[in-house]
Amino acid sequence: FFYIAEHSTALLLYNYIFSFISLCFHFYQHSVCPCPLFIRSSVSFQSLHRCCQRAAVLLVARRHWGSSSASPPSLVSRSLDFLARRFYDVEALLNWKSRIGKDQLRKKNFYYGYTHKLYGPDIASAYYILNLGGGFRFVGQSEWFRADSRGKFNWDFLNYKDTPVEEVDMSHTIINYVGLSNLERQPLRTLKVQGCPEVDDWFLAGLHKFQDSLEELDISHCPRITVGGLAALRNLRLKHLNVSSLPRISSPGLVIILLEEMLPQCRITAHGYDLSQPQVGGEKPEERLEAEG
Amino acid sequence: MCAWRRLHRNVRTLRGCFTHGSLNCTAVTQWQPDRCGGLTFCQKLSTGGALRNDFLNELKAQMAAMKKKAADGLPSSNWMPFEINPNLPPETADIVIVGGGVMGWSIAYWLKQKEKFSKKMRVLVVERDPTYSQASTVLSAGGIRQQFSLLENIHLSLESADFMRNINEHLSVVNEDPVDLQFNQSGYLFLASEEVAHIMEQNYNTQRCAGAKVSLFSPQQVKEKFPWINTEGVALASYGLENEGWFDPWSLLNAFRRKAMSMGVIQCFGEVADFRHVKQVLMTKNGEQIDMKTIKSVKVQMLNSLEYQPVECALVVNAAGAFSGKLAKMVGIGLGPKDSLAGFSVPVEPRKRYVYVVHCPDGPGLDSPFLIDYSGVYFRREGLGGNYICGVSPEEAEEPDTSNLEVDHQFFEDKVWPKLANRVPAFEKLKVTSAWAGFYDYNTFDQNGIIGIHPLINNMYFATGFSGHGLQQSPAVGRAVAELILDGEFKTLDLSGLSFRRILTQEPMLEQNIV
Repeated sequence: FFYIAEHSTALLLYNYIFSFISLCFHFYQHSVCPCPLFIRSSVSFQSLHRCCQRAAVLLVARRHWGSSSASPPSLVSRSLDFLARRFYDVEALLNWKSRIGKDQLRKKNFYYGYTHKLYGPDIASAYYILNLGGGFRFVGQSEWFRADSRGKFNWDFLNYKDTPVEEVDMSHTIINYVGLSNLERQPLRTLKVQGCPEVDDWFLAGLHKFQDSLEELDISHCPRITVGGLAALRNLRLKHLNVSSLPRISSPGLVIILLEEMLPQCRITAHGYDLSQPQVGGEKPEERLEAEG
Repeated sequence: MCAWRRLHRNVRTLRGCFTHGSLNCTAVTQWQPDRCGGLTFCQKLSTGGALRNDFLNELKAQMAAMKKKAADGLPSSNWMPFEINPNLPPETADIVIVGGGVMGWSIAYWLKQKEKFSKKMRVLVVERDPTYSQASTVLSAGGIRQQFSLLENIHLSLESADFMRNINEHLSVVNEDPVDLQFNQSGYLFLASEEVAHIMEQNYNTQRCAGAKVSLFSPQQVKEKFPWINTEGVALASYGLENEGWFDPWSLLNAFRRKAMSMGVIQCFGEVADFRHVKQVLMTKNGEQIDMKTIKSVKVQMLNSLEYQPVECALVVNAAGAFSGKLAKMVGIGLGPKDSLAGFSVPVEPRKRYVYVVHCPDGPGLDSPFLIDYSGVYFRREGLGGNYICGVSPEEAEEPDTSNLEVDHQFFEDKVWPKLANRVPAFEKLKVTSAWAGFYDYNTFDQNGIIGIHPLINNMYFATGFSGHGLQQSPAVGRAVAELILDGEFKTLDLSGLSFRRILTQEPMLEQNIV
């Protein structure tokens, strides 16, 4: 494997490339011991494509979790690092892989201008939400339109022309700042983006478009949100806010108190934080003093 | 017997911690059976183990040294019989960027970014302070705003904010951590009095047309949103909803530097002592003689040493910040007769500004924006512990001395605190915890950046004179200068209004700000 990689570039066999790529994707998806190459060499292009699509979310998500988590990187990522530092083609392949992930993300979050022109802004927003795998509810309707786990959805929402969208549930999708422009004209009341890997501080700042209507916001489990983005929530008139389990907040207790001061009319839910840490640190020196004295 | 066992246990743990602690320590205490059949504690007198280890290590070291010598002797090694200072810059470079602040590194990154396929362009960034102790970049308050009155400034800020939003797409390096700017999305709040409220409204319209997300507030709305502000004397307020806030300038600088170096930009710590140029004399219609200069090489002197290296270059970019004027004088700009073209010096000089860090336990909370009052005083939140950064721009007549970066604490008592406490009553009880001073690359002509080539020098580009806005405009300016150099004209943003022309025709492009 090393020998071939070192003397390659122009001489790489086509199915070797494919097997290597699919191997990489499978590593990132399953994180198991590397499978022998000869099994992977028979992977067809379609399954590779499906791998790419499914892996887009995971690739994007994993990249950031990996660097912010304290656990040491896995054997696979360490060996890929090692190879990328030594071989230009491995580095190029890794760059290519991350670029595919980013392209996927960008394509999914494009502004749906064509749909907007043909069907109007509400249907365009609805279509965008369903395409990404989320769910929504029209104003005045009580049923939710959702895409199922395989991405298929009902086209009945086309019947409701000119009804704006009121509640949106985009949890665990790859919505990002650019995609938010697809939801622009909607008087959103509820927005749930729990566990979205691409929701970051700029997304929160971009929510100022909904400052008149937004009442409920759920941004729990988003790995990219920091305190700087939470400061942007002051523009919204929220009644419910869920900020549970945000991994990048360093002092959650303090941040929750500051949020409560900043949004006095809002009910803030914040589970999943270990708030006992500062008290333990504060008690220890006192105990030691008592023991000495 | 139990006493023996206890002693045995103690020795074993002791031996254990010795061997774990130091790698080469060999145990010299051992249990030896004595004549009576019981176990005695006795010292082993032979130290054969230690010597053997040393010999092996020495042998290994000798083998490694021999291997290195053999590798050096082979043709592909870098060995030279003369000791060359490894910190010297290369003898030739295509583009030399003088100044390693955020502007210089931004230009270096964009130059390499645009020239993707030909990796043959050699870009050298020369910086005279490896610790960046006096660099304006790292001493800046780090804010970014779109609330300007000049369209060029607004566009530059907007594009820079876009860049920072997608910073990991631009500046992430394979196998390294993603860039974290610690951007606080808190926005800027400008307060205007009666006299200047109309200027603020005009600016608001310009900003809105240019695409900045700004909104105007009446004093009542300001009181509602920010109850800790004293709205006495405030007629109008303008608040940035998006793309405004503050971030960590050191992270941005390092991100640019890391990415540029990964793309092959060479960094050199040295001071530009001299330029070697050739002159070409041209005659104007009026019979006036103009000297066109072309820089042939840059003499880079190593720090604290007389050693220097002349770097032959095709282009020089002056991104030296507060010291750009001095650098330009080395090429002879401004040293001609007063009423001719050559008499116009680059109007950039250093101006010292103080920044004070204060602690106030009852101050504004997480929602406090970067507040700028019409009296000129500003403050912003720093961290979550009740610390704030504040300052004020001094009057023209009272500019502090720029020979050093010493802080005048009396200035805070006289000029900053009264106005601050007037605007935010909670700040009447505060404590100054720290302070620092930094230089603005102050453009004495019109306080806006100078971007472009100098008319009298064929190959020197300027990107300086931003007077406090350099950091927030650096990504977009870097791209503009790279376009100017590689494509010959501005492609994405038209910044021809910020060129040298306005200085030569003496038409200032002043910012109509309320401060």
